[in-house]
Amino acid sequence: MTATTEGLPAAFAAIVDDFNAVGAPDRLQMLLEFSRNLPALPERYAEHPELLEPVPECQSPIFVVAEVDGTGGDATVHLHFQAPQESPTTSGFAGILHEGLDGLTAAEVLAVPADVSDRLGLAQAVSPLRLRGMAGMLGRIKRQVREKSAA
Amino acid sequence: MALPYDDDPKFADYAHPERLVSTDWLARNLGTAGLVVVESDEDVLLYETGHIPGAVKVDWHLDLNDPVARDYVDGEGFARLMSAKGITRESTVVLYGDKNNWWAAYALWVFTLFGHPDVRLLDGGRAKWQDEGREMVTGTPTPAATEYPVVERDDTGVRAYKEDVLESLGGQLVDVRSLPEYTGERTHMPDYPQEASLRGGHIPGALSVPWARAANEDGTFKDREALAAIYEQEQGLTPREPVIAYCRIGERSSHTWFVLQHLLGFEDVRNYDGSWTEWGNAVRVPIAVGEEPGEVPAR
Repeated sequence: MTATTEGLPAAFAAIVDDFNAVGAPDRLQMLLEFSRNLPALPERYAEHPELLEPVPECQSPIFVVAEVDGTGGDATVHLHFQAPQESPTTSGFAGILHEGLDGLTAAEVLAVPADVSDRLGLAQAVSPLRLRGMAGMLGRIKRQVREKSAA
Repeated sequence: MALPYDDDPKFADYAHPERLVSTDWLARNLGTAGLVVVESDEDVLLYETGHIPGAVKVDWHLDLNDPVARDYVDGEGFARLMSAKGITRESTVVLYGDKNNWWAAYALWVFTLFGHPDVRLLDGGRAKWQDEGREMVTGTPTPAATEYPVVERDDTGVRAYKEDVLESLGGQLVDVRSLPEYTGERTHMPDYPQEASLRGGHIPGALSVPWARAANEDGTFKDREALAAIYEQEQGLTPREPVIAYCRIGERSSHTWFVLQHLLGFEDVRNYDGSWTEWGNAVRVPIAVGEEPGEVPAR
């Protein structure tokens, strides 16, 4: 499993290992768990939807905001998502990104390889097209972190 | 052994009432031998969160599309899928799904390419079943494999290729996407990748009838009179002339295909599954922009 986790932060590496340790049907169940564990959007954003960025690469309407505490590479990143309940796949992707990235430094988030969504072994269980949505979320998170940590 | 048709009075007016069942009918008939209920969703995990008791899952990406070429599975692939889902050629298949049955209608259309005799749609889909507080379960059935014959896929009746659309320019075309997609207007911001097409607009001569106009608030189909008022009286479509429907990838237009073919009884309805993701990326095909159908180029 060392090859697939190369260059990943520890929490994300653990997720990739977990997914690759089981067969395809169990990967779907794991994705479902991640969707259930996605934290709810904090109240302050519920009243300010304009602060959330939509992710059109996803088939379902999902919104993401990256909060950056401080400036520069050592700033801490926190992620919040809003996904509809009837979209467990998209929520599951968000849950993976939350568990894998929340609390890391800006430099660590920006260093996450763009192909991380392809390392979960989900292509066969979910289809490559749907996985593009996860890559789209990661791209937007990184762009927000780049902009907000530079300020 | 086919199950009896749903004699719901709303369905009786449709051209082919045997293609629809109500949630009441399905609840009454669940567990009957010969019936296989199939869920087909946009979200591949939705089935796992809970589904109609006994329902199996068919995914458009993973099960119905060819894994390599942009095409559908062949006769052998379809037979393997049917066998794995416990479906025989004699089974009554009832399809339902999320998003107003887009993917269920799409699956029904693919079943039609293989001529499965008895395939029906659950009026109102997954949302209506759920809203009525009906039973949902998470257990996945493990049907015994069946012998499903290898039937060669026949694209001639209900599927249109790009070449067919070019051939029929000037004929009846229905664009079922939203109005901004039809006009070619695009929301474009720097740094925002778009999974879409290189060009915006519509096929010249296509009428804009967004798919949702055929649906009631609760996701059920409008009654025949209301549908005829939209497609025939307002838009002037003629049931005797051929018509082709398209959207972005062919799922929303499956919904409209179902309406025209089975509910209004149009004689020759094809779904152009290549849709805008093919047309809007193709080289040297005519495109019209704006709210009017536009001028059809002379051939």
